[in-house]
Amino acid sequence: MKRVRARLRKTPIGLAIVIGFFVLGVIGPWIAPYDPLVIDLLHEYEPPSWTHLLGTGDNGIDILSALLHGARLAAIVGIVVVGVSVIFGTLVGTWAGYAGRLTDHVVTGIADLVQAFPAIVLNIAVLALVARPGLMHLIVALAINGWVLYARLARAETLTLREREFVEAARALGVPTHEVLSRHVIPNLLGPLVIQATTGLGVVILAESTLSFLGLGPGKAVSWGALLDQGTSVLLRFPHVALFSGGAIALTVLGFNLTGDWLRDRLDPRLR
Amino acid sequence: MARMMSPGLLRYLVSRLLRALLTVVGLVTIVFLLVRLIPGDPVEAILGDQAGPEEKAELRRALNLDQPVAEQYLSFLGDMADGSMGTSFRQPDRSVWSMMRDVLPYTIVLALAALLVAWFVAIPLGAIAAANAGRGWDKIASTVAVAGLAIPNIWLGPLLILAFGVKLGWLPLPGDDLAGPEALILPAITIGTALAAILTRQTRAAMIEVLAQQYITAARARGVPSVPLLLRHALRNALLPVMTIGAAQLGALLSGTVVTEKIFERPGLGTLFLDAFFARDIPVVQGCVLIIAVIYVVVNLAVDLAYGVVDPRVRLS
Repeated sequence: MKRVRARLRKTPIGLAIVIGFFVLGVIGPWIAPYDPLVIDLLHEYEPPSWTHLLGTGDNGIDILSALLHGARLAAIVGIVVVGVSVIFGTLVGTWAGYAGRLTDHVVTGIADLVQAFPAIVLNIAVLALVARPGLMHLIVALAINGWVLYARLARAETLTLREREFVEAARALGVPTHEVLSRHVIPNLLGPLVIQATTGLGVVILAESTLSFLGLGPGKAVSWGALLDQGTSVLLRFPHVALFSGGAIALTVLGFNLTGDWLRDRLDPRLR
Repeated sequence: MARMMSPGLLRYLVSRLLRALLTVVGLVTIVFLLVRLIPGDPVEAILGDQAGPEEKAELRRALNLDQPVAEQYLSFLGDMADGSMGTSFRQPDRSVWSMMRDVLPYTIVLALAALLVAWFVAIPLGAIAAANAGRGWDKIASTVAVAGLAIPNIWLGPLLILAFGVKLGWLPLPGDDLAGPEALILPAITIGTALAAILTRQTRAAMIEVLAQQYITAARARGVPSVPLLLRHALRNALLPVMTIGAAQLGALLSGTVVTEKIFERPGLGTLFLDAFFARDIPVVQGCVLIIAVIYVVVNLAVDLAYGVVDPRVRLS
């Protein structure tokens, strides 16, 4: 019992938030007490009560249910965007770092250019190119600058790995390049990539919320950012909408930040 | 002056300028390609099937889409080079630059105010944390920094309005008359908080490094009291890396203005950008994206150049 309690105390709060977020992302829509798209004009903007634990919002939607549905959207966008970015970024970065010379210059140049646009500005520019942006467009817009971080990381790590004895030995033995990369280089990148991806999930979830807040989110889906936008427009009279939806975003981002820091301390021996 | 302009420094300045110029040409090209890379008919994709034929023809003309690609690119480059940056699709009699010029001052003032707020909070907090490294004050400062980073500006803005505008009634609400400088306070805090969090960490790290130097130990041995020691001897030398804002902070500052102008219903580049987005006024969208990216490149360049002049070690790397 004592040991369980000691272990619980050591479990970082950030990890607990992240696990909670993903669990709600999976089961949220099933445990939601109401359908967040059902209109109930008689109960618009009610403060929290026993029938609506977090109150109601625009058109009388139940805020708790909307947040539970929003968690799924945030989780899907986060996982898909980070997944695509990590895979694409790692492949490109490893390739650039290993091949060197012209390839490296071209990849680094493109990465520099993409990073010269503040992320949200480039996202908005991409979304402006479709008449009615949907989930797919949102994911593409976020991945367009998402990959750069992972490409840089993979490239930097590959540059040092390339000179290490075991990689040189594999090369000297005549192991083909794609096998050197997949068996000897990429497995050694996983630690730093996992740390980066954890923080990256928080960044993407915040970016999705921000874009939805600005009114650029996927049309019909229930999003935390869109809810916060509605809440802000009625802030002076019904502050609970903005408080709860913004709180959900802030708590989730905090969870991913803390977990990223915690992983870094644990996985990166250089920091000990 | 002659001594300052050594051949090494000159080479550094020229190569850095050339690189910035290349970056700007690259940025212009990317912005040009964005529209042209849409599969199928870009006008169809941008305006959707609800748009009438005249509207479509108008956008096609505004983007020069009826000409060969090489010619489109040249006229795009020409528009950028002559400073007009094309004409608005909604208001064909106005150049994109003239629309941006009207609102740019609001955004610049807001960004500078946010920067001031960040420095005002971060420098004392970081210095106190470094002077008490590992003890109570340090922990408080780092907690504040973590919280500042985690609070999204889209939430912080409404919270500040609620607290200082509604509950306390100290500061104007969004949409109130913009005239007074007090209308700038809450927007500046909204953007400045995340920046302050980053800068607090940087100040703390720079101060800890300086405090470990021998001249500080020597000053302490001479009996310099701790407050003047911190302010005159340590902080002055730690500030250089903090005052020269890095690329990441500048990005946060610029994207922060877009969000904050919406929350506080302020005019500015961000508001123009979003309005153009919803009207699918692509030339204005392009202009705003480009001007924000160019500001970013130019400020980075200026910081690098200033650094290269002040600190000779930078030129070597």
